[in-house]
Amino acid sequence: MIPRPFEYHAPAALPDVIALLTQYGDEAKLLAGGHSLLPMMKLRFAGPAHLIDLRKVASLKGIALEGGEIRIGAMTTENELIFSELLERHIPLLAETARQIADPQVRYRGTIGGDISHGDPGNDHPAVMLALNASFVLAGAAGERIVPAGDFFRGTFDTALAPGEVMTQIRIPLPGPGTGSAYAKLKRKTGDYATAAAAVVVQLKNGSCTAARIALTNVGPTALAAHDAANSLVGKPIDGAAIGQAARLAMAITAPSADLRGDEDYKTAMAGQMVERALRSALARAR
Amino acid sequence: MAKTIVSFTLNGAATDVLVEPRELLIHTLRERLSVTGPHIGCDTSHCGACTVDLDGASVKSCTILTVQCDGAQMLTIEGFAKGGVLHPLQEGFSQEHGLQCGFCTPGMITRAYRLLQENPSPTEADIRFWMAGNLCRCTGYQNIVKAIQYAAAKMRGETVTTSHPVMAA
Repeated sequence: MIPRPFEYHAPAALPDVIALLTQYGDEAKLLAGGHSLLPMMKLRFAGPAHLIDLRKVASLKGIALEGGEIRIGAMTTENELIFSELLERHIPLLAETARQIADPQVRYRGTIGGDISHGDPGNDHPAVMLALNASFVLAGAAGERIVPAGDFFRGTFDTALAPGEVMTQIRIPLPGPGTGSAYAKLKRKTGDYATAAAAVVVQLKNGSCTAARIALTNVGPTALAAHDAANSLVGKPIDGAAIGQAARLAMAITAPSADLRGDEDYKTAMAGQMVERALRSALARAR
Repeated sequence: MAKTIVSFTLNGAATDVLVEPRELLIHTLRERLSVTGPHIGCDTSHCGACTVDLDGASVKSCTILTVQCDGAQMLTIEGFAKGGVLHPLQEGFSQEHGLQCGFCTPGMITRAYRLLQENPSPTEADIRFWMAGNLCRCTGYQNIVKAIQYAAAKMRGETVTTSHPVMAA
């Protein structure tokens, strides 16, 4: 399978990326790790006339602790997330998630910014970003703006990225003391998208839950923030009944489509199971 | 679409190719350079048969454009044996029966090479986790794990013997 012909650009700096995006508009696509876009181009589901490769833009790489938050360049690969000591110390959820994405070869190329910007509800980072209360730096001809994860995912392959904009950085606030997190993903095999998955972040103080966020992967048109499920946990100790209640509230917001991974009811049931599993792991880690 | 000159180092040799931007690395290797060790298995970045080592990373060459490789250091199975002597991984796959039909083997060995560069003493669980991007439909993986353990031991300078009774005889 061979993509349609296109013109290839590999600018070295962000202003050149934005200039090319502005010049070519709808005819251009950004190339990050290429492990979603190139398969779509090979299948001719995508056929951009201009491909703008971000691989030479050094400012889009790297992981740093700055201003009380973790800042991750959009072109940072899944493999770099897995081996980051900074993330291991502060946001271990990201490495746990990255280890469950695709396979080693794909993780050497696939990037966190590409995974998020693609707008695919089957991708894993969107739910994790919702659970971590992350925000994204979007750069365009008019400058930079910061969009919270909660406002970013609009629909399948539809995000808050405006024409001419590129995601440059992911920002994650440092978790407070007593925080535990987990990503539980059910998949049929290595390399498959989730049948259902759940990202959970909980914070405990004196055994009582002070804050919680839960988000779901691949059981709706976008990653879904399960606000009612998370809020049901706050203000009390989390026991087995509370976990079951949160799972049921999360299951109430799913809208999966049936495919080879299962029908709607099965996927919803598995979303509930993943919420339970992730909650139990997160609780064990928070204590 | 205008063709572009792309230059990289392939198995130690400076290499230039003239390609359309849409040409995939696997096609450049196999059809322009007659480097046919990397195989086209699935053509959808699932099977790992097309794995090559690119700038210190295992990548699936069916999902890389050749134009993305300008300036790269590249290694394929053709670069493993030196002066007629097999690389420890090639020896391991032979001694431990890590292959049957052999279709997946170039990708397996190329991927295992990078794994052992990053982790010279992987456990069985490590090997299974970090080799998960390469599919084999013959062996059931057991002997592939043994082959990589054999190579790892040999590359650490340890004395190795095959676990296979026929090979040892």
